[in-house]
Amino acid sequence: MITLRVRDGLSLRLRPRAIAVGVTCLLLALALSVLAIGSGDYPMSPADVLRALTGRGTPAEEFIVTELRLPRVVTALCVGAALAFSGAIFQSLVRNPLGSPDMLGFTQGAATGALVVVVLGGSSLALASSAVVGGLVTGALVYALSWRRGVHGYRLILVGIGTMAILTGVNGWLLTRAPLMDAARAVLWLTGSLDGRGWSNALPLLIALAVLVPLVLAGHGPAMRLVEMGDDTAAALGVRVERLRLVVLAAAVLLVALAAAAAGPVNFVALTAPHLARRMTRAPGPNLLPSAAVGALLLVGADQLALRAFPGHQLPVGVVTGVLGGAYLVWLLATERRAGRL
Amino acid sequence: MQSRLSGTAMTLAYERRTIAQDLTVAVPDHSFTVIIGPNACGKSTLLRALSRLLKPTAGAVLLDGEDIHRLPARGVARTLGLLPQTSVAPDGIGVAELVARGRYPHQGLLRQWSREDERVVAQSMAATGVADLAERPVDELSGGQRQRVWIAMALAQQTPLLLLDEPTTYLDIAHQIEVLDLCARLHEEQGRTLVAVLHDLNHAARYATHLIAMREGRVVAAGAPREVVTAELVQEVFGLPCRVIDDPESGTPLVVPAARRRATSAPMVAAAGA
Repeated sequence: MITLRVRDGLSLRLRPRAIAVGVTCLLLALALSVLAIGSGDYPMSPADVLRALTGRGTPAEEFIVTELRLPRVVTALCVGAALAFSGAIFQSLVRNPLGSPDMLGFTQGAATGALVVVVLGGSSLALASSAVVGGLVTGALVYALSWRRGVHGYRLILVGIGTMAILTGVNGWLLTRAPLMDAARAVLWLTGSLDGRGWSNALPLLIALAVLVPLVLAGHGPAMRLVEMGDDTAAALGVRVERLRLVVLAAAVLLVALAAAAAGPVNFVALTAPHLARRMTRAPGPNLLPSAAVGALLLVGADQLALRAFPGHQLPVGVVTGVLGGAYLVWLLATERRAGRL
Repeated sequence: MQSRLSGTAMTLAYERRTIAQDLTVAVPDHSFTVIIGPNACGKSTLLRALSRLLKPTAGAVLLDGEDIHRLPARGVARTLGLLPQTSVAPDGIGVAELVARGRYPHQGLLRQWSREDERVVAQSMAATGVADLAERPVDELSGGQRQRVWIAMALAQQTPLLLLDEPTTYLDIAHQIEVLDLCARLHEEQGRTLVAVLHDLNHAARYATHLIAMREGRVVAAGAPREVVTAELVQEVFGLPCRVIDDPESGTPLVVPAARRRATSAPMVAAAGA
């Protein structure tokens, strides 16, 4: 750790390794984004893409870049970052490496909200807002059910897993109720896909990230590290543990719900990105920003893989994250078990 | 008796289970107060209440004359420290980094690591004898070393009052004495007020300057160890017949449990069959 000290009242403590990991992943994600924007039916070189992005390209290229391809890439970056950021929050708060929003029912809650709109019929805006509402309601429900003189990690996990099971059933039922065409659309949405995403998908998430990430980091970042040592220890150091948990969980649920609204419930990014980040930074604590950078990189990378793995046949990005994430989960369970942590 | 920390007419309860009613205690300033009593007598609950972790359903805990639950959390954490029974060291954290976390109530968003923080952390590690371990990961340490690291973290909080919940549990006898000697030194050299829950009566009698004996949620006796630790009181509080003699090492009271009378050398089986 290094210390930057201007005066005694102004001092920062930084971890060079964590910063290096975060910055490297972010740069890789951006580089991959430029390549992604350049590829397609009208291929462009990275230089052309950059020129178009900075407003110095031909009108046609600028249209293709800013209106057609950029929104998809920005959505991917934001969804990845938001899922990973909230995954890091969940894992830290429940002190369990498996405590991620897709394991605890929040993602399924968002899916339920979306499916209700599919069954009843409605615009894609209605679908997205309903997904957000579904996620938030599930969050409130899980929080309320696990509340007993404070919310404890284990109870939150158990209630969350139960909620996930129930909602998975509800979602299956809703799917059988939907008209066939709509059900097909819904299944695609449920897999998680970035196809045809426009600025209307990316912007709400972008704004939420811009507001919530600094709020969580500045308001609760250091205190979250203390809560990892146990509620009593954190409280003895002056952390108001319950208030912190409520605020930070709310932020995490909001991000998950908005991410699901933008791209559907993309699985496993929230679970794997914080793990990968921690392995690379080797820093204790939630590693919030490095996780977000890893998440953004993962999702942009997975989307490219989904587009190119089978030429002429595009996969939804959720299939790729599901397959890779599932494999990672199995590997994680095996190693954590061997290390005696599970 | 001066007392910055006290509880008056407290009712302490978890959910619907009431642990103590109308409990009143005072921690004398600059004392090493030890709370003793049989299992489930409410001693850890009392410590939780005094440290703000448990809010009394009636009565109040007063810190410097004010209701502790009306004071700002960080302000309390600069006056009153607590070493809970169980703390989790995050994976891979180093000793110095863990101890540094005790500085949290003194830090801010833009004041993350002042010279004062650096000095206090070094001092706390020196006082607990873990300075040599500064760069070692906490999970590689022995139980005794780890407990000293946690105490160092609590010291770095720089609170005039420090509460310790069973600081010697899970330690072997040598490490128990090591931790208690450390506490005594902190009390004597740094003038801190210490409150500890201890299981071992003889440790309590040797190290405490003020004893609080509890049974079934009530304070049975409070005072200097010599006044509190008597054969009658041990019988009353623990239901243990014993003799109290002078500790040949320290001159403090030493509880010697009565020996089981073996009238004859008759085998157990015969006795049971009789």
